[in-house]
Amino acid sequence: MSIIEVNHLTKYYGKSRGIVDVSFNVEEGEIFGFIGPNGAGKSTTIRLFLSLIYPTKGEARIFGKDCITFGPEIRQEIGYLPSEVFYYEGMKVLDLLKYSASFYKKDCTQRMQELADLMELDLKRRISDLSYGNKKKVGIVQGLLHQPKLIVLDEPTAGLDPLMQHKFFNLIREENKRGATVFFSSHILGEVQRLCNRVAIIKEGSIIAIQDIKTLQKDNYKKIRVTADGLDEKRFQVEGVTELGKENGTVSLFYKGDINVLVQLIGSRKITDLTVEDLTLEEIFMHYYE
Amino acid sequence: MNIYVHEFKTKLKSALTWSGSIALLILVFMSMFQVFAADAAMVTDLMNSFPEELLIAFGMTDMDWSTILGFFGLVFTFSQICLAIQAANYGVGLVSIEETEWTADFLLSKPVGRTQIMTSKLLAAITSLAITQAVVWASSFAFLAIFREGQDYQVKSVVLLLLSMIVFQVFFLTVGMAISLLMKRVRNVLPISMALVFGLYILNAFGGMVGEESLEILSPFKHFAPSYIIKHTTWDWPLVMISVTLIVVSMVGSYMLYARRNIPSAV
Repeated sequence: MSIIEVNHLTKYYGKSRGIVDVSFNVEEGEIFGFIGPNGAGKSTTIRLFLSLIYPTKGEARIFGKDCITFGPEIRQEIGYLPSEVFYYEGMKVLDLLKYSASFYKKDCTQRMQELADLMELDLKRRISDLSYGNKKKVGIVQGLLHQPKLIVLDEPTAGLDPLMQHKFFNLIREENKRGATVFFSSHILGEVQRLCNRVAIIKEGSIIAIQDIKTLQKDNYKKIRVTADGLDEKRFQVEGVTELGKENGTVSLFYKGDINVLVQLIGSRKITDLTVEDLTLEEIFMHYYE
Repeated sequence: MNIYVHEFKTKLKSALTWSGSIALLILVFMSMFQVFAADAAMVTDLMNSFPEELLIAFGMTDMDWSTILGFFGLVFTFSQICLAIQAANYGVGLVSIEETEWTADFLLSKPVGRTQIMTSKLLAAITSLAITQAVVWASSFAFLAIFREGQDYQVKSVVLLLLSMIVFQVFFLTVGMAISLLMKRVRNVLPISMALVFGLYILNAFGGMVGEESLEILSPFKHFAPSYIIKHTTWDWPLVMISVTLIVVSMVGSYMLYARRNIPSAV
């Protein structure tokens, strides 16, 4: 079953573009990455899911129900962590979390405490006294305390230190194992690579690719760097080689094909250094879409 | 219910501050009544020394300050300004505060509809206004009793004045709310509510000076002019109905605007 169905979703803010004709599905149990540079329309898409804004054209359905008509009902099972976190400044953390929990039908007290312990969040402090990173933790706890079926994360890691990021990713993986579907928006490709099964790439308001992360990396180019005496890069001009270049005696190239062909090309020269790497997601995207 | 409780808690302090301030204002002015009561001739001289237009502008014609009721009418005129600012502040800030402080993302991503959010917020604001009104009722009668200098007064007139606070404050609450929803973003509540209150106050004042009934019939300061209520011991019903109509229009309009509003994003 598709948890999220987006059909020809379009949003204009007056004349300025939000997103244009976006369509994709997110299946149950997936961790779905949503990547794009700033201003590409990631937050716009998410805000349409939550009916914080209304579409110009098209529709989004969550749990098979229209986002606007069934908004409150759908949101009972959505946990949302916005990219910028703002809460009622005068409140204490505990009161805010209790207020947040009071919107849901189930009892969230135990889960709230577990999450707060895990994220090392001090419940007695005032929101106004918290650092940005600590506010982000409040965001994480309030977004997950009702054990939602769909978790929507909008650039969630900004402001968290590496240790907390690690904990947070583990938490998301656990939630996913429990059965939650995750929609993960980010402009940091590395974290998407670590976490997601599938990924959609959005650029200037339109989806330019939706791919499985594993196939994206497997059936792909290797990044090779060879350093050897008197190595002429011209001998590597064979099928499957791109991005060929030479700098300070090191030849670098991207190669897709039978690796033996390349080994023979290097031949019996005296090699001082050789690296063979998979391309990072970043390089794949740069290579494909720039 | 949870939103109502939350909203009421955040407003309670403000409601008590307003209540205390207005009670204090009534106390201070009423305590001066003995000076006016002692020398009726002096009051008449004082009134005559003001230009007629000024008295009209401030709605002070037909008011005999040497009687306790006339003097209370004057005090109530000042109270009205405070009551209006309080209600307008609550109205303009009612839903816009969530956008100014970027908390709308939190509240609106919860499983509640916007109609329910607005109704809860409205009820919490009305409860807060009711607290202030209760304090004004109590302090009005208390200070009338203490400072009346042995004079009798018509209780009905005072009751009519105090009852007028309900429609009067709800007017500023709902109109303020509608204005805030017509704006793309409210950056600061106070300038807007002040402009609304003093705009309508001046509209009434100048309207009175010019003499002809024109735009001032839109002002609740005209609809609930204490001088009229005291003189006739009744409300000016046709004008009151204008207030009521504007309340209904603002309320319906606000619900419609909020239901379709695009919540601006912090980034």
